[in-house]
Amino acid sequence: MTSTNPIRVLVAKPGLDGHDRGAKVIARALRDAGMEVVYTGIRQTPQMIVETAFQEDVSVIGLSILSGAHMELIPQILTGLKERGMEEVMVIIGGIIPNEDQAALLEMGVAGVFGPGASTEEIGTFIKEGIAGARTSVGPPKRSGKSQEKDG
Amino acid sequence: MPSSNKEQWRKETLDPLLARARERKQRFETDSGIEVEPLYTPEEPAGAEYTEKVGFPGEYPFTRGVQPNMHRGRLWTMRQYAGFASAEESNRRFRYLLEHGQTGLSIAFDLPTQIGYDSDHQLARGEVGKVGVPIDTLGDMEVLLEGIPLDRVSTSMTINSTASILLAMYIAVGKRQGVELGQLNGTIQNDILKEYIARGTYIYPPAPSMRLVTDVFHYCARKVPRWNTISISGYHMREAGATAVQELAFTFANAIAYVEAALETGLDVDGFAGGLSFFFVSQNNLLEEVAKFRAARRMWARIMRERFHAREPRSWMLRFHAQTAGVSLTAQQPENNVVRTTIQALAAILGGAQSLHVNSKDEALGLPTEESVQLSLRTQQVLAHESGVSDTVDSLGGSHYVEHLTDELERQALRYIDTIDDMGGTLAALGHGYQMREIQEAAFKHQREVEEKQRIIVGVNEYVTEEPPLQNILRVDPQQERRQVERLLKVRRERDNGAVTSALKQLEEVARGTENTMPAIVECVEAYATVGEISDVLRSVFGEQVHSVVV
Repeated sequence: MTSTNPIRVLVAKPGLDGHDRGAKVIARALRDAGMEVVYTGIRQTPQMIVETAFQEDVSVIGLSILSGAHMELIPQILTGLKERGMEEVMVIIGGIIPNEDQAALLEMGVAGVFGPGASTEEIGTFIKEGIAGARTSVGPPKRSGKSQEKDG
Repeated sequence: MPSSNKEQWRKETLDPLLARARERKQRFETDSGIEVEPLYTPEEPAGAEYTEKVGFPGEYPFTRGVQPNMHRGRLWTMRQYAGFASAEESNRRFRYLLEHGQTGLSIAFDLPTQIGYDSDHQLARGEVGKVGVPIDTLGDMEVLLEGIPLDRVSTSMTINSTASILLAMYIAVGKRQGVELGQLNGTIQNDILKEYIARGTYIYPPAPSMRLVTDVFHYCARKVPRWNTISISGYHMREAGATAVQELAFTFANAIAYVEAALETGLDVDGFAGGLSFFFVSQNNLLEEVAKFRAARRMWARIMRERFHAREPRSWMLRFHAQTAGVSLTAQQPENNVVRTTIQALAAILGGAQSLHVNSKDEALGLPTEESVQLSLRTQQVLAHESGVSDTVDSLGGSHYVEHLTDELERQALRYIDTIDDMGGTLAALGHGYQMREIQEAAFKHQREVEEKQRIIVGVNEYVTEEPPLQNILRVDPQQERRQVERLLKVRRERDNGAVTSALKQLEEVARGTENTMPAIVECVEAYATVGEISDVLRSVFGEQVHSVVV
């Protein structure tokens, strides 16, 4: 894969939460920023998300969750990715995630957490930089770590 | 017949009301002692245009209000939406709010309850008690409503695809408290169409869902006459990104679909129209929002009278609940949210709301704490008792700007409704993803304006300050889920499982036929069948809605 190939992103809504204004806005903004975006729609189980990510061969998964079920669902997705040998896929989260959970999720391997008020431009840049880093070096992309305090 | 002048209105519309019900004060006056009249109108003669378009409160087309003296008689119902963790915890919050002067209940259910999964279902994991109270069986509902007098407190329940089940449980608790069904007063949201468009808690495909809705209309018309059988909601569509025009248009397009569905089942329009209520957001643009509520009343009155030929004035009246805008809350500088919600609450009051929920400052970060909910309730109380805005009716009526906005919102919303009519109605338009696309377009435009700073959000894209994260955010104990599952398993063990099986079997037969489903659902809940079991029976008969993705 050369770095001129468009970045493929899966935007997904895990759990029962039906509020997908944010997910759709992000999907469209990332598409406008030149990425190839697949949106799963609502009510996706962790297994469905991992499977779609595999089928669509994405390098980024953006999870949008506002129901508070993140600490149950996101670890399952990370585990599922590992089992499919997809741990290099960059996982980012948008939604209402309390600070202490953000820290725990970053520890588990989530690349970035974007809270209310984060701009689509900021998220697009985060993805591009992370993927560029991954394409030139070996191993998972480094998280900038800055997004956290900004969005907390 | 609408009045042609203020004297006639006073004699024929206001005075008969005052003979029945006293106002909050004998004399209303400003802080300087100037007497405040119930209503101010243009100099006589006002002209035919005024009478037809604006008119008098309590009279068609109700632009100025549904009651002749509005909040001078009775203030709006202060109804804070609450529910989380467990039935006990939520019952405690309800009592706390009632003790602090709240005048009605509003129940938030968790997502598994809203989508018809029991707390031990695979898909319920991590969701139990998170965004509302978990209700699996009548046992939970009994705990939730413990010590709350259902003959005196009115209750609103935000529940849609499982609305008949939760209404059946409420009725069962009422019966156990010895309350006559005719005395039960409240509202179920029961608005499935906006779930497909924006909120996402649907279960079944549209046709059987509409049947469940109209079954409730029929049942309540006979058995629970004071119940508002639906709360047709623009709120969630607006929160998903719709403009004020789209909020009006899509709400009324949905309302038209419900009225048509009810008429098709043989109900008389005046037999159910009085049970239809509405739910709108109150957003930041104060004067546009006031105009929106005024336009909404006029539009509904005309739709009911001209399109559906309703004859009863009550059928023409749009009564609505308002809630401040969740999307306007910022995680940054959360104290600013108190100012935002105050402006929004003011808009709802000036717009003539029947009941109001004020969001809390910490809700961009989590569920509200007890302190922040109390501040929301106090916001309502300050507006009610200190601001004086409720001492006269529709105080902004006659403002050139507000009247222009009222006309313009109505005109543009009617154009959308024409488009949807041309497509074959709400359900047909839904099939094309029309409303979703319009809303997404508006949401994306809004986001771009914020990012380009054409729209300033204080503390977010301008006037940004470094600040420590907000402390004291409410967290639901993760152990609650396990306790709820244990409680559910205990009910399953201890109930008469033979009775449950036969009640569910009976429901299945009714669902396969055309009979009203409500009596069979009442039987099921009284036998302690679970929300999940009842929903599964209906899933097996009706099928499940496929999630469509429109981006």
